[in-house]
Amino acid sequence: MQTYDLEADGLRGLNSALHAQKDGSNQTNWKVVNPKGSHAIAVGLDAPIEVTVTGSTGYYCGGMNQQATINVEGSAGPGVAENMMSGTVIVEGDASQYAGATGHGGLLVIKGNASSRCGISMKGIDIVVHGNIGHMSAFMAQSGNLVVLGDAGDALGDSLYEARLFVRGKVKSLGADCIEKDMRPEHLEILADLLERAGADAKPEEFTRYGSARKLYNFDIDNASAY
Amino acid sequence: MKDNSIPQTTPRQSWTFSNDVNSEIRRAAATGIYDIRGGGAKRRIPHFDDLLFLGASMSRYPLEGYREKCETKVILGTRYAKKPIELDIPITIAGMSFGSLSGPAKEALGRGASLAGTSTTTGDGGMTPEERGHSTKLVYQYLPSRYGMNPNDLRKADAIEIVVGQGAKPGGGGMLLGQKISDRVAEMRNLPKGIDQRSACRHPDWTGPDDLEIKILELREITNWEVPIYIKVGGARPYFDTTLAIKAGADVVVLDGMEGGTAATQDVFIEHVGQPTLSCIRPAVQALQDMGMHREVQLVVSGGIRSGADAAKALALGADAVSIGTAALVALGDNDPRWEEEYQKLGSTAGAYDDWHEGQDPAGITTQDPKLMARFDPVEGGRRLRNFLKVMTLEAQTIARACGKNHVHNLEPEDLCAVTIEASAMSGVPLAGRKMAPDSAGWPPGWT
Ligand SMILES: Cc1cc2nc3c(=O)[nH]c(=O)nc-3n(C[C@H](O)[C@H](O)[C@H](O)COP(=O)(O)O)c2cc1C
Repeated sequence: MQTYDLEADGLRGLNSALHAQKDGSNQTNWKVVNPKGSHAIAVGLDAPIEVTVTGSTGYYCGGMNQQATINVEGSAGPGVAENMMSGTVIVEGDASQYAGATGHGGLLVIKGNASSRCGISMKGIDIVVHGNIGHMSAFMAQSGNLVVLGDAGDALGDSLYEARLFVRGKVKSLGADCIEKDMRPEHLEILADLLERAGADAKPEEFTRYGSARKLYNFDIDNASAY
Repeated sequence: MKDNSIPQTTPRQSWTFSNDVNSEIRRAAATGIYDIRGGGAKRRIPHFDDLLFLGASMSRYPLEGYREKCETKVILGTRYAKKPIELDIPITIAGMSFGSLSGPAKEALGRGASLAGTSTTTGDGGMTPEERGHSTKLVYQYLPSRYGMNPNDLRKADAIEIVVGQGAKPGGGGMLLGQKISDRVAEMRNLPKGIDQRSACRHPDWTGPDDLEIKILELREITNWEVPIYIKVGGARPYFDTTLAIKAGADVVVLDGMEGGTAATQDVFIEHVGQPTLSCIRPAVQALQDMGMHREVQLVVSGGIRSGADAAKALALGADAVSIGTAALVALGDNDPRWEEEYQKLGSTAGAYDDWHEGQDPAGITTQDPKLMARFDPVEGGRRLRNFLKVMTLEAQTIARACGKNHVHNLEPEDLCAVTIEASAMSGVPLAGRKMAPDSAGWPPGWT
């Protein structure tokens, strides 16, 4: 286990040490102490290593992650795991706005609540939130799965493309072109797998699925008020 | 019955309700949707044509053409980047998306730029292997849509350009209509094939300049502080936008005036939003000077640059380089009269064809149709672009020498005069024959 004191040794040193780890590195376990809400912690990683941050992080922790597993033992600021490609990011506390924004792959788990615009413009990432999510979540979400064990705020899935949304609690309102959909066996399977990987204690049958009505895919003047 | 003995007035067309205007009203009434098109503003606005160089005279002597050197090299990204971009010429190729342009057209831009010793730029839709492979220096755009954005390509880039806005549509997002969302384009953008794609107008994970500063930190950390980070803004509030871009940590500010082209957007946006390029440069330069950053943070100006004279004028007003989009496409063969018959069939004519979003470009450049694409030869296109860039450079050097400058960057506002009051007022350059722009005390007023 390598321990890195972020306060003493600085952000640049941390990210360059983590970038230096390649496949097959022996230094597969890293502990980052004294994060104190710093921004851009463990960004651009590309190796199957495990990084544990012992505290809360600022903006963009785990940004553009590939392969690595990043645990935040606190809360995460805006844009945690933004544009993640693969790997796993787990936040023990709450996450601020834009969690998992534009992510292309990998798994983001938020054990607490996520704020507004969770999963905005997501492009293949899987996101599991144990608590609630804020307004405008999954705005323009293109693909991937967003699973919410609690409630969702206003305008869920506005201008949604092909992403799948699963919510166990209440949805305050649906955004333009987002509708409730039937839960088919393949969806229950996806959910069961994600819930298990996210360590979430819930049954797939308790969720409702939402997705795109695909009415805004091609411009039609009669839908103009929805834009 | 009319009384033929009374003289008739000739039928008179209205200036306000011109044929153009009426045809748009009829089109809107028939379709219920705004007009979408490519290209830049078509209206006449004060432009570089309204400025002239003074040349040498008794008080200044010129340099000898061809014999005495006139340098054109530019270095972009000297502020923070470990590897700034070195260009042989002060003219770059602007970001144009794969999707709006075909793969071979992107390849040709890379070839031409590389042969001329300059950079080219990706666009909305991501980086293609064609353009990376054929571009010695490639700027990777970081856009609100984040289509195709990934860290592997980010690390392959020679610079990163964060697009906040475009001159053609400051405040607007991208648009790519179904006809052009081919399998390849759909896959790169992670979208269903054939949809009318609207890309976001704001970035998904930051909002103001304070957030942007942190976003830049993240991008620098991911790329180990190696490559320059540009911020591209449309010509909206150039003084403040430049100031905030510098504050947010930009290495380079790219400023795109309202004449700037676009692949597709609403005509109302192109013609009615944004400030002319000419009026944007001095405020941006003033902002750089006020922050003590002129020449430390470089300024790249685009929007309606067509010749070496335009480039030289932008440099004289204080820019470090210029960037071209439309002119590069014309050099490749866009809107060429040789396709006139086909433009006619599409209801247009060479020079006016701007329905690039429909994907039926006879020249095979702004299309994803394999048959049309095959008409365009990327090697020949690259050669033509190289030639055009060389001519632009020679023209700029010719002017610089005539003004006695041994580097194009030594051109200055004092080398210029304006032929219209508007251009004089907008650029702060004296009206021809006068000492200053409208000679009243206190002129010019503050910048916007
Ligand atoms: C076909 C086309 C596609 C464009 N695509 C993009 C783009 O993806 N991203 C961007 O920032 N600007 C885009 N632009 C704008 C150019 O980068 C540039 O700002 C503009 O073309 C400069 O003005 P000019 O065309 O008068 O030279 C595009 C322009 C054209 C003509």
